[in-house]
This record gives sequence, structure tokens and C-alpha cells, in this order.
Amino acid sequence: MAKFRNLLAAAIAAAGLGLAPVPVEAAETPAPPEHTWQFEGVFGTFDRATVQRGLQVFNTVCSACHGMKYVHFRNLKDIGYNKDQVEAIAAQYTVTDGPNDQGEMYQRPAEPTDAFPFPYKNKEAAKNANNGAVPPDLSVITNARPGGPEYVRAVLLGYEKAPEDANLSPGQYWNKYYPSHKISMPQMLVQGVVDYQDGTKATPKQMAHDVTAFLHWASNPHMEERKRLGLKVILFLIVLTAMLYAVQRKIWADVEK
Amino acid sequence: MATDYQTPYKGVLGWLDDRLPVINFADQHLRFYPTPKNLTYAWNFGSLAGIALVIMIVTGIALAMHYTPHTDYAFASIQKIMRDVNYGWLLRYIHMNGASFFFIVVYIHMFRGLYYGSYKQPREVLWGLGVIILLLMMATAFMGYTLPWGQMSYWGATVITNMFSAVPVFGDEITRWLWGGFAVGNPTLQRFFSLHYLLPFLIVGAVMLHLVALHRYGSNNPTGIEPKGHQDQVPFHPYYTVKDLFGLGVFLIALSLFVFYAPNYLGHAINYQPADPLVTPPHIVPEWYFLPFYTILRAVPNKLGGVLLMFGSVLILFALPWLDRSPVRSGRYRPLFKQFFWLLVLDVLVLGYVGAMPPSGIWPTIGRVATAYYFIFFLVILPLLGVFERPKPRPHSISQPVLSDRAQPAAAPTSPAE
Ligand code: HEC
Ligand code: HEM
Repeated sequence: MAKFRNLLAAAIAAAGLGLAPVPVEAAETPAPPEHTWQFEGVFGTFDRATVQRGLQVFNTVCSACHGMKYVHFRNLKDIGYNKDQVEAIAAQYTVTDGPNDQGEMYQRPAEPTDAFPFPYKNKEAAKNANNGAVPPDLSVITNARPGGPEYVRAVLLGYEKAPEDANLSPGQYWNKYYPSHKISMPQMLVQGVVDYQDGTKATPKQMAHDVTAFLHWASNPHMEERKRLGLKVILFLIVLTAMLYAVQRKIWADVEK
Repeated sequence: MATDYQTPYKGVLGWLDDRLPVINFADQHLRFYPTPKNLTYAWNFGSLAGIALVIMIVTGIALAMHYTPHTDYAFASIQKIMRDVNYGWLLRYIHMNGASFFFIVVYIHMFRGLYYGSYKQPREVLWGLGVIILLLMMATAFMGYTLPWGQMSYWGATVITNMFSAVPVFGDEITRWLWGGFAVGNPTLQRFFSLHYLLPFLIVGAVMLHLVALHRYGSNNPTGIEPKGHQDQVPFHPYYTVKDLFGLGVFLIALSLFVFYAPNYLGHAINYQPADPLVTPPHIVPEWYFLPFYTILRAVPNKLGGVLLMFGSVLILFALPWLDRSPVRSGRYRPLFKQFFWLLVLDVLVLGYVGAMPPSGIWPTIGRVATAYYFIFFLVILPLLGVFERPKPRPHSISQPVLSDRAQPAAAPTSPAE
């Protein structure tokens, strides 16, 4: 029995070991610094004010280059906007629709059922404008990078003076946390780019925190529901399992060892 | 012949059972079925594997209602499941983490069989069916992982299918035939989806045969000694139904912790990036449950050699009942075997760890040593132990486990498998 418990522990450890970070990159790129988020932990939720400020950063800065094709304006209701506000936010964006009855594509203001549009006509146009790099879709970005939200926040803040021998081509920037260090996204979060509606001081750190929290919501829109349901399910299972254990003890009581 | 059957039931049940003797069947196999009374929790994992299989099939069928097997839509359809389908995120997270838990459970189930000699005569076929189940599970999991069409899906599928190009002469033809084209692409994705839907039902079939074989001689038990009568056994119900249900509760708690609080912990982040044939990820790593095999694949510099070794590491399990020559079943009474067994467990963990590491520095060497031990265990140590090991005295029966050396002098290594 005891042996078997070891085996179980070992198997679970194996599951953990399999995920041990692959160290090769780590040797070159430092691990993103730890950061505290309101959405962490069993009871973590998306702080509405934070995420709404994050949306403002996204709208004013990031949306110039990035789209989120799986996140729709209607989803913004989940972070505390009402119908009218959602329509107003959507209307700031322009999307291509069509063809109309003359067979032409046309531009119109976005509606709640639209997704955050990709601002370029196509990938080639995006590359042309960004030194050959396509700004990736940000719908699931915090899930799509090892290091998750910590990494995204770190990249947004990680711009540094390039070392002498860096050989940056024009339109490339030195970023401490980007895997090759040479990133084609300029440093966007500088003092003064955003003027927060709620009066919070828009320091680069504050903006990085807010927009990353927003992107984490965009990547995991059901996180709050998931954690709430999880708590109920697990508490129920614990009670049920404890009762089953008691029944098992009772039933087995008369069996001679 | 068939008309000899007299249903023991009355009323509606009797009427039904007289025409379709399922009630009697269920009673024989789930209720009165005599089971050794000394099974430990190690015996819970078979029923857990069965339930894991059911969970996978149920969530999988629901997912398939919303999934689109096309390279242009697969990734988007998963996002739709995660965002817009009611409880789609729950279905997908259960299916994703369920696969990992299925493997954990089956690996423990197999190490249990290995430790207690459950593969020995007369359970060779039972064991062999288990190995077939494992192979089917591996194929199913591999193809399932390509379906979301993320970066790791695409590149994992490319690396694994490329293994077949190592086959002499026909390698390239076989690989192209598997792909349905000149690279992993839409035809590959569609056939993988088709097979991913089919194979679990083949597993169901194999599991049924596995259970038929199991019920022929009944479960082995920690002593490795067959029950000698009713004093050694209890009816399956309620004794083992309640024990299996308790085990299920623990299993579901563990699974829930991952599903609700760390749903992506066991996966790779880059699989949330859509597949891009033009961008090779820096590290192409399979899911954790394949890592030991991945290390064995990379243990030899020759491609064909690696592939043969990897398949060999599973196929060798078919021969296990004949490689282990010891007449004593349970590892409890085999002092040397016990040590080599735990070394093997450690060895497989090391193989898994090395699989996640880049093939540079010290890792390839460790991988080779661990691979060597894996094969030496089965091909050299087990056959030799059968000859040289002096087993400890075994009890006379399950109900009489405590016996001094003197009371049981006949427990010599030459006695036939008890
Ligand atoms: C001027 C255009 C532009 C703006 C504005 C912009 N980005 Fe980017 N972003 C890019 C480009 C180009 C890349 C691709 C970089 C590369 O591949 O080297 C990128 C990449 C990224 C990445 C992925 C980094 C990685 O690990 O691959 C993230 C995350 C990101 N941007 C977030 C943001 C956020 C958040 C904002 C708003 C604060 C923003 N970006 C604003 C152009 C932009
Ligand atoms: C889908 C996967 C599987 C299912 C559903 C399954 C199911 C079961 C069940 C219900 C039992 C009886 C309970 C128990 O002894 O734990 C059992 C026994 C057994 N299984 Fe499996 N099994 C699976 C995979 C495997 C594999 C991969 C192997 C090994 C290669 C294996 C080998 C055995 C053996 C040897 C026994 C008899 C054990 C004993 O009585 O000591 N099984 N299986």
C-alpha cells in the first residue's frame, strides 16, 4: 500500500516533470518578473475598473495594429458595460462589410455583433507597415505565450537600449523579454499616450497592468464562471467522497482481514 | 442448449430475462461476481480507466457537434466552443485534461499489473489486450491533439508522421499516403478527425474483451495466490462497487482541480497559436504522456533505429509473460524483483523528464542510459531473476497470509505459478 502511494506520487510528479520549463531559451531571455493580479487564485475575478481601463488602452493604442477576431463587442457586456455603451464603443471602429446590392464592399461603423477588426487590409499590408512582421491577433494572447500574462506585461515594458553588437535593422527594437530580443513592435506604452477616463494616473506600468488584465479577460472570458462553478463542484465532490468512504468502511467492517 | 436456461427472476424482470438474459448477466458479473477480498486501492485503476473512457467519449461526441475539421476553420471552431457554445469551455477542458488523467490512470494500472505479476499464466491474453488498448489510446490521443490545429498540433503531427519516412524503400510513399498529400494538410486533418472518432469505439471493444478475459479467472490480488474458496472472496457488490465509487470520487476531485483551476497547465501555450507551416516552433515537444517514448525515439542517432526502438518499447510488453520466468507472481515475495521494479518506475520518470529537455548537453546521455535500463529490465533482468532470485515464503492462501518460514517450506522457486 505505502509503495503504491509512492507510485501515485511519482506519477503525479511525472506529470509535473513533463512540464518542467525547457531551459534553453531561459538561458538567453530572463523569466518575466512575478506580478500580482486580481484574477489569480481560487477566488480571483476580473476587477471591472482595471479591465475597463485596459479596454481604453486597447482602443486608443493597440487597436491601431492588432485585431481580436474571436472577441466581439457584445462580449464587453461581461465586463460591466450596458447595451448603449457597447454600441458606442463598437461605433468607434470601422469594419468592411458587403458586398452590397451593387456588388461593392463598403465600410461601416462596427456593431456589437462584430469582432475587434484587424486594422490592415491584409497580412501583406500589415507586414509592409511593420518591418515585415504581422501584428498577431490578440484574442487568446495570454494563453498563447509561455509565461502567460506575466510575459505579455513584461514585453510591453521590456524595452531597453540595444547592446552595441545588436545589429538591429530599422524598425526593430530591443526588448529584454522577447525571445530573440529583436521585436518589430515599437514601445507603445509611454507616459501620456492614454488619458484615463476614471482619473487614474496612466503610468506605463499602470497601463501595462490594465491592458494585460483586459487581454487575459479576452483570452478567458469564462474564467469567473469557471472558478465559481469549480468551487461548488469540488465542495460537492468532497462531501460525496467522504460519505462514500464512510459507507465503504461500514460495508467492509465485517470482512476479516 | 439455450432452452435449458431457466430464469431465476419473477415478474417483469423474469419475463425480460427469459427473452434477453441481461439481468442474469449483470448479476453474475457485477453483483455476485466473487472477487478476492484483499484487493488494495491499486485495483481501483481498472474501473477508473473505464470511467475515464466513458467521460472522453461523452465529452468528445459533444465537442464533435461544434468542431469543424478543416484547416481554415478548426482553430476558429475551437474558439467558438470556448466562447459561445454553452459550457463549451467545460466540455473542452474536461476532454483535454481527461486525456491526461486517462493516461495517468492507465499507467498506474499497468505498473500495478507489473508489480503483482498480473500478466502471468493464465492472464497472458488479458495483459496482451491491455497492451492493445494502450496502443489504441496512444493513436487516439496523438490524432486528437492535431485537431485544434494550433502550432504544436501541426508540428507534432509533422514530426510523428515523418517517422514513417524512416521505413526502408517505401518510407516516402507511406508518409505521403498517410498525409494524403505532400505535407500535413487538410486531408491529414480530416482523416485524423475521422479516426479520432473511430478509435475510441475500438477501445470500447478491446475493453470488453479485456473484461471477458478478466472474468475468466477473476482478478489477481496482492498475494498473487488464487482464491482457494469463499473465505477468500467477497461478492463484487456491494464491496467493490462502493470501493470503486469512492475511488471515482477521489479521481473526480483531482480532475476537477485541473479543469476548473489549471485547465491549460498540462498543455503547451503555443497550441493557442494557429498552425503556421512557415514558422517552426523552437521546441517541438509531445504531450507529457508521450515524453518517455520521445526520449527512446531520440536515444539513437539513426532515425530508423529510433523508430524501431520506440515501437519496440511498447511491443516488448506483449512478450512480458514469457520474459518473466519466475513462478512467483506477486512482487511482495520477490526481494530482488522489487528493487529492479522501483528502479524501472524511476527510470520511466527520468525518460519522461529527459523527453521535455532539449537534445543537448548532458540530456542525450541520460536519455540513452535510461533507455538502456528500460530494455535491460525486460530482456535481461526479468529472465535472469526467474532463475537466480530466491523468493520469500508465500502464504498458503489469501485468508492465511501470516506464515512463518517453517510453516511453509514448500515455497520453493520451482513450484508452478500459484
Ligand atoms: C505600431 C503597431 C503596433 C501597436 C500600436 C501595437 N503593437 Fe503589438 N505588435 C506589433 C507588431 C508588428 C508585433 C509583432 C512583433 C514581431 O513579430 O517582432 C506585435 C506583437 C505583439 C505581441 C506579441 C509578442 C510576442 O511574444 O510575439 C503582443 C503581446 C503585443 N504586440 C501586444 C500589444 C499591445 C498590448 C499593444 C497596445 C498597448 C500593442 N501591441 C500595440 C505592432 C504593434
Ligand atoms: C482503456 C483502458 C483500460 C481499461 C478500461 C481497463 C479496465 C480494466 C478493469 C475494469 C480491470 C479490473 C479491475 C482492476 O484489476 O484494476 C482490469 C484489469 C486488468 N488490466 Fe486493464 N484496463 C485498461 C487498460 C489496460 C492496459 C493498458 C493494461 C496493460 C497492458 C491492462 C492490464 C490489465 C491486467 C493485467 C488486469 C488484471 C489485473 C489484476 O487482476 O491484477 N489494462 N482492467
